[in-house]
Amino acid sequence: MRYEAPETIDAAVTLLAGEKGVARVLAGGTDLIIQMSGDMIEPDLIVDIKRIPLLKQISEEDGGFRIGAAVSGAELGEHAGVCALWPGVVEGVELIGSTQVQGRATLVGNLCNASPAADSVPALVAANAVARVIGPKASRDVPVSEIATGPGKTSLAAGEFVESVFLPARPDRSSDAYLRFIPRTEMDIAVVGAGVSLTLDENDVCTDARVSLGAVAARVLLVEEAAKALIGNKIDDKTLDNLAAAASAAATPINDKRGTVEFRTKVSGVLAKRAATIAADRAKGKK
Amino acid sequence: MNYQSEVSPDARKFKSIGTRPLRPDGLDKVTGKARFGADVSAPGMLHGVILRSPHAHALIKSIDTSKAEAAEGVHAVVTRADFGSDFDNPDVMDNVMAGKKALYDGHTVAAIAASSEAAARKALKLIKVEYEVLKGVTDVDAALAPDAPILHEDMVPDGVDPAPTKPTNIAHRHEFGHGDVDKGFKEADIIIERSFKTEAAHQGYIEPHACLATLGSDGRGELWCCTQGHYYVRELCADLLKIEESQLRVTASEIGGGFGGKTTVFIEPVALALSKKSNRPVKIVMSRNEVFRASGPTASSSVDVKIGVKKDGRITAGFANLRYQGGAYPGSPVEFGAMSAFACYDLENVKTVGYDIVTNRPKQVAYRAPGAPMAAFAIESVVDELAKKVGMDPIEFRLKNASSAGSKSSYGPTFSDIGLALTLETAKNHPHYSAPLGPNQGRGVACGFWFNFGGQTSVSLAVNADGTVGLSVGTPDIGGSRASLSLMVAEEMGVEYEKVRAIIADTASLGYNDVTDGSRVTFASGIAAIEASRNACKVMCARAAKTWGIPEDAVVWEDGHAKPAGSNAGDFKPMSLVEIAANASSTGGPIAGHHEINADGAGVSFSTHLADVEVDPETGRAEVVRYTVFQDAGKAIHPSYVEGQFQGGAVQGIGWALNEEYIYDNEGRLQNPGFLDYRIPVASDLPMIDAVILEVPNPGHPYGVRGVGETSIVPPLATVANALAAAAGIRMTDIPMSPPKVLKAIDEAK
Repeated sequence: MRYEAPETIDAAVTLLAGEKGVARVLAGGTDLIIQMSGDMIEPDLIVDIKRIPLLKQISEEDGGFRIGAAVSGAELGEHAGVCALWPGVVEGVELIGSTQVQGRATLVGNLCNASPAADSVPALVAANAVARVIGPKASRDVPVSEIATGPGKTSLAAGEFVESVFLPARPDRSSDAYLRFIPRTEMDIAVVGAGVSLTLDENDVCTDARVSLGAVAARVLLVEEAAKALIGNKIDDKTLDNLAAAASAAATPINDKRGTVEFRTKVSGVLAKRAATIAADRAKGKK
Repeated sequence: MNYQSEVSPDARKFKSIGTRPLRPDGLDKVTGKARFGADVSAPGMLHGVILRSPHAHALIKSIDTSKAEAAEGVHAVVTRADFGSDFDNPDVMDNVMAGKKALYDGHTVAAIAASSEAAARKALKLIKVEYEVLKGVTDVDAALAPDAPILHEDMVPDGVDPAPTKPTNIAHRHEFGHGDVDKGFKEADIIIERSFKTEAAHQGYIEPHACLATLGSDGRGELWCCTQGHYYVRELCADLLKIEESQLRVTASEIGGGFGGKTTVFIEPVALALSKKSNRPVKIVMSRNEVFRASGPTASSSVDVKIGVKKDGRITAGFANLRYQGGAYPGSPVEFGAMSAFACYDLENVKTVGYDIVTNRPKQVAYRAPGAPMAAFAIESVVDELAKKVGMDPIEFRLKNASSAGSKSSYGPTFSDIGLALTLETAKNHPHYSAPLGPNQGRGVACGFWFNFGGQTSVSLAVNADGTVGLSVGTPDIGGSRASLSLMVAEEMGVEYEKVRAIIADTASLGYNDVTDGSRVTFASGIAAIEASRNACKVMCARAAKTWGIPEDAVVWEDGHAKPAGSNAGDFKPMSLVEIAANASSTGGPIAGHHEINADGAGVSFSTHLADVEVDPETGRAEVVRYTVFQDAGKAIHPSYVEGQFQGGAVQGIGWALNEEYIYDNEGRLQNPGFLDYRIPVASDLPMIDAVILEVPNPGHPYGVRGVGETSIVPPLATVANALAAAAGIRMTDIPMSPPKVLKAIDEAK
C-alpha cells in the first residue's frame, strides 16, 4: 500500500488516474480507516488531500459558499456565513460521529462514502447543492443527489474525486433543517433522516421547498410529492400531515438490524414534519 | 465467622471507613500509565491471530495449515490437534479451540503466531478449513422445538423425570420453592399470567481481552492477561496445556472492565500453545468484533410467570418457568434466575423451574448478578400490574409482601436482617417519588436481589521500615477494591489511607484466590485484609512488649500505637507503628501479617429503583429522565465507589432494557458485532443516576459489609418497563424495548 500526500490538485489527479489497483482519497479518514481496519477494503494507493490548500477552504461565491473537500465538520460548524445561510446542512454535518470525529470528518467525505444513511446528504440534497468533480478530463458540476448511485457506490469515474460542494444563494425568508432518528443521543447512525429546505413569502406561505429522506432507500431520496405538499400552503397542521403522508409514501426502506419497514416508513413522515416546522421557524427568523 | 458483636450499633467509631479518599489507580489511568492487557511486550515477541468459524453450526471435516505454515513470518500454527485429551474442563477446551464441530459464528478453529500482525493476518487466509454446514439454532424457544437441530449428540438433561431417551438441547432442569402453588392460586382473587423474553446483552467492557504468554518446552511459563481471576486462569491453562500449576505464573494486568465477562479463558491457552510451538513469547489481542462474537454475553431468556393475589394485595402464590440459553455449552445462569426470581417476596406458596438450554451462540459468561435481571424483569412487571389491579400504590404493594428477617426465601434459606423494606420506605419518602411528571412521562418502580458470595481469599501485608504498609491481594480490582481494602487496613492499623499501597499480586505470591465475582472482594478479601492487619498488629504488640519487658498479652493496639494494658496500663509511653517499624530489625526482623479464609456469611443485598421515562409517542423512543437507586450496602467502606457501583449497574440495566441486544441473521451470524449497532448507552443518553446508600450491617463482616456490585443491575429492566407502561399505557414484555417495538405497541394500543 502506498500513501501519498500531494500539495496540488493536479498532482492528486495524476496520482489517482495513474493507479491501476484500488485507489482511495483520504480526507478525514473517518470512514476509510474504519473500512480498512475492518478488512472491508485493501487500497493499493491512498491519496491524502489535506495538504492541498484550496481544499481546506470555505469561500464565498455568488452569494453562496463553496466548501472544500478537506474542510472538517468542526471548521464548517464555526463558519458563521454557512451557519446562517444553510443551518440544516451544518446540523447534518455536526451529527456525524462525535466531537472528536468532527475534528476530522468532512462533508465531501460523507457524500462520497455513499451511505444511504449519511447524515449530511439529505440536507445537501434538499439544498440542491452541487458537487464539483475533477479528474483526468475536464471538471464537471454534478447535483449532489447524483453522486451516490447505491450503498457504497458513486458515479465517479476512475481517477475522479469531488473537489468541493457548492451551496447556492437563496432568497430572504428561506431556511432549512435536518433531523435524524437514532435510538441513542449521539455516536449513532441514522435509522431515518429527513432534510427540508423551504422559502416563505411575507404571509408565511411556502413558495419553494425541497424535501429529502435518508436511510429509507438505497440512496438518499428527493421527495417531490412531499415538497408539493408544502408549496402554496402555510406550514400548519394540515400541511404537515400531508407532508408526512407524502414522505411516508415515498419511503421504500428495508428491515434490518437498525429498524423495520413499518417503523422507518412511519418515522419518515414524523421527521419530515418536524424538520419542516424547524425550517419554517428559522425562515421566519425565530431561533 | 460471625462478627455480630462488632457490627452492633455504636460498637465502633470509624476513622477511615466511610471517607472518600482519592482512588489509588486514578492518576495512572488518566495519564495512560496504567498497563492493561495489551500494554506489555517482550523481546522476540510474536503476534497471534485467530481463525474463526464463519458458520453457526458446522462439522469440521479437515483443516489444512500447510500453506500458512510456509508463509513469510509465520512461526507457528495451532489447531485442536495441538492440544491433548482428557481434560478436567472439556467444555472450556472445546470453546477455546473447536474440536469436531464449530458451534457458533466466531468459534476458534485455528491460530497463527507470526513476526507481525500483518503477516499473521495474511497467513490466516491460507488456512483451508473444510466445513459441512449444519442447520443451527440461536433462539431459546426454537432450540426446544421437536425438530430443532441438536448441538451435542450426548446431551441428555439431568433433573428431568422421566429422562428423555433422545438427545436434546436441554442440559439441566432446576426446581426451587416451597408450599403448594396450586392451593395458593385457588385462594387468589386475581391471577396474572404473562410471558417475557430478553435478548442477550454483552458485558460491554471497554478493554478487549489481551494477553502475553511464554511457555517453554520445559513446561515453565508466564502469562500476563486481563482477567478477573488469574488463579482460575492458571488452573484452566494448566489443565488445557497439561502443565503443573506451580510452573505457570500468571499476572493480572490492570483491567478495563470485567462485569463477570473476564472470569474464564479464551485466548490465553491459545497464546500459550503458540508460544510452546514457536518457543517465543506470543501476544494476542482480541478485536471488538471478536469480543462480541466469541466472548461471553449473558444468556437470552424466555420466562412464563403466574402470580395470584388477594384483593387486599397479599400474594397467595407465585410460579415461574424460566428458559435460558447459555450458548453452545451447558452453564446458562438459569439456576440463579430460578433461585432469585421471587427472593424479594415473603411467600407461602412459590415454585420456580429453570431449564439450561444450549444454542449456536458463544458460550455465555457471567454478567453482573448472572441470571437475576431477566427473572426480575418478568416478576416485577407482573407485580406492577397486580398492584394496579388491586388499586394499590406499587411501593405499598411490595411492602405488604416484602421479605424481611425471618422470611423463608423462595430458594431455601431463611433471611436474617435484610434491607428490602428499608429501601422501599426510603424510596416512598424520597422527593423523587412525589415529583411532578411532564407530558408523556411515567414513573416506574421495581425491586432487585442478589445473593453475594464469599469464597477463598489469601491476603498478605508487610509493615515497611518507614512505617508504610504494602498490601498484597490476589483478587483483581474491578470495582475499587484496592481503595476499599486499603481503607480497612488503614482503619485496623491506625495509619493514614495514603500510607497503604495495595497491589494485585501474581499467582506465585499468595495462596489461592477465587475469581473476583459475586460481589465478594470487599467482603471476603476485606475480612482477610482486616484479619491480616490484626495479625500484624499482634506482632507489633509483641515487639513493644519485648522492648518494655512485659508479657505480650499485656499490650493492646489502639489508634496506630501499641499500648500497655491491664496492670501495666500507663507504665510506658505508647509506641507508634512508625517507631516499631523503624526498630523491627533489632526486635525480631520484618513485620508482616497474612490471612487465608474460605469466607461464608456474605450478606444478601436488596435494592429498589425509581425511574421516570419519557416516551415520544410518534417514534417510540424512550428516554430515562430521572433515576434513583436505593440499595442496602451493609456498610459503605468508600461511599463514592459504592455509589459508582449503584450507578454503573443501573446504567447497564437501562442499556439492556432499551437498546442492547444480540441480533442474528437466519444463518446464525451475528449482525452487530461492534459498538455502533450494539448500543450501550452513551453519557448523553442518561440523566445523573442518583444513589442512596442504606446500611443494614451484615454480621458476617467485621464492619457489616455486603457486596454492592451486582444487585444494581437487577431492577432496571422492570423499572424502565413499568415506567414505560405508566407513560404510554403499554406493557412491554420483550427486551430490549427498542423504538420499533415500542412504536408498534403504541400504535396497536390505539
